[in-house]
Amino acid sequence: MDFEMTHEQALIVEQVRRFVREEIVPLEAKLDPDASRIEPEDQARLAAMTRAMGLYGLGIPPEFGGPDIDIVTQTLIAMETSQHRAGLYSPCFGAFGGAGLAQLYEANDDQKERYLFPVLRGEKRGFFGLTEPSGGSDPARAIRTRAVRDGDHWVINGSKIFISGADVADFGIVFARTDADKGRGGVTCFIVDANTPGFHVRRVVHTLRSGHYGTELQFEDARVPHANVLGEVNRGFAIANDRLTRQRIPYAAGCIGVAIRAQEMSIEYAKQRETFGAMLSTRQSIQWMVVDNEIDIRTARWATLAAACKAQRGEPFRAEAAMAKLLASEGASRVVDRAIQIHGGYGVTKDFPFERWYREMRIRRIGEGPSEVQRIVMARELFDQALY
Amino acid sequence: MAGVRLDKPWTDLTPEAVAALAGELGVYQLGDPQGRVVRIGYAGGRTLFGLRSELQAALAAGEAARFRTEVTAQYLSRYEELLMVHVADHGQLPRGNAAEGRRRLGRLSPG
Repeated sequence: MDFEMTHEQALIVEQVRRFVREEIVPLEAKLDPDASRIEPEDQARLAAMTRAMGLYGLGIPPEFGGPDIDIVTQTLIAMETSQHRAGLYSPCFGAFGGAGLAQLYEANDDQKERYLFPVLRGEKRGFFGLTEPSGGSDPARAIRTRAVRDGDHWVINGSKIFISGADVADFGIVFARTDADKGRGGVTCFIVDANTPGFHVRRVVHTLRSGHYGTELQFEDARVPHANVLGEVNRGFAIANDRLTRQRIPYAAGCIGVAIRAQEMSIEYAKQRETFGAMLSTRQSIQWMVVDNEIDIRTARWATLAAACKAQRGEPFRAEAAMAKLLASEGASRVVDRAIQIHGGYGVTKDFPFERWYREMRIRRIGEGPSEVQRIVMARELFDQALY
Repeated sequence: MAGVRLDKPWTDLTPEAVAALAGELGVYQLGDPQGRVVRIGYAGGRTLFGLRSELQAALAAGEAARFRTEVTAQYLSRYEELLMVHVADHGQLPRGNAAEGRRRLGRLSPG
């Protein structure tokens, strides 16, 4: 397998790299070290630049107005857009746009008019409501939020936790149990308007990320029209599962981008920093850290591109995506940790991005399915087991 | 779990009280003599001496009569939470945070 970039891919990657270093990094230097947002006028200016580059809305299918860029190239771009302080969770502060909520591409025409198109036009925002206090890694069993049919409506009761953006959203994609006896075959996906009586954002959930928070939601007899069922009743788990698998490739790519930047900064620093009469770069202990970094980065990069290649060919890629997510999140965590060690005291200050990457990278080993779940996904395939 | 509201006792905003503050990162509220919140702020990673610098600036500007602080590494998310809780309780932002209305602040129903 050859992962050499095509000429076109190399040009795009170079263009994005320049954008990050010339536009994003200088802008970020003026922000709080934990900032995840920029001023609206800066956001609009940067988005205009990525539109001019033909790279705005990368995850949006071409038939809905997105650029026609393949998954491998998107993965290469994602490895570039995270190469700044806020890049792990806010790559380029959203200058490349988002795909919206991918599940809405499967919506019916009426739902597309009411939710998908307004999202793509930037008029509405949505949230993804899957995880519950009873667990997030096994949604098929953990979902206790219940929806009961009442004429043309469904009545939802329950709670969700660690939900991003629910407090600023106009609607959410919410998973609820509609058949208590059917396990993953008893979950339905609903589109819930944020102004629905009985829908509450109860509290902010603070995490290792200061510039971003999760929320805890409560549904108290929230009545949702049957017309807002996304897909089919009792077939919601497939919608959730498909999203989780697809999301793992860009999730891995973001980790790799941060690791690449941490490694570059470490090498640069080691060539300049002198201790006991010699440069750090001449010390075997430092050299081995840098070599171990490179091994982690290349391993994760190859695995992630392999997963992207399979996805692009239309082949099953669930195990490959799981392996990529596992290798990238764990490998990049080690790289950032070594980068801090190489930088010494400066490594843990807010003068450098490492302390933020260190905190946020810790979350990456849990978010989108923890490492243990990725191993379960791979084990099932190795043992040829169906999902149970 | 910390309470969502910052309901510590107020301290008079005096040079002595501000000088006694540590240079920690965190959030603060400024209040009028009646104990009404007039501005919510935070001391982030770029402040010179954290909360002390922020409160010194507020004192110099004559912004308020009282203050209260909370030391936290999650100063940005806590700051937004305090703004949202204030809106939930009072229906509007403190007058010193009017500029925050430029961007989309979240909605909370803290109960």
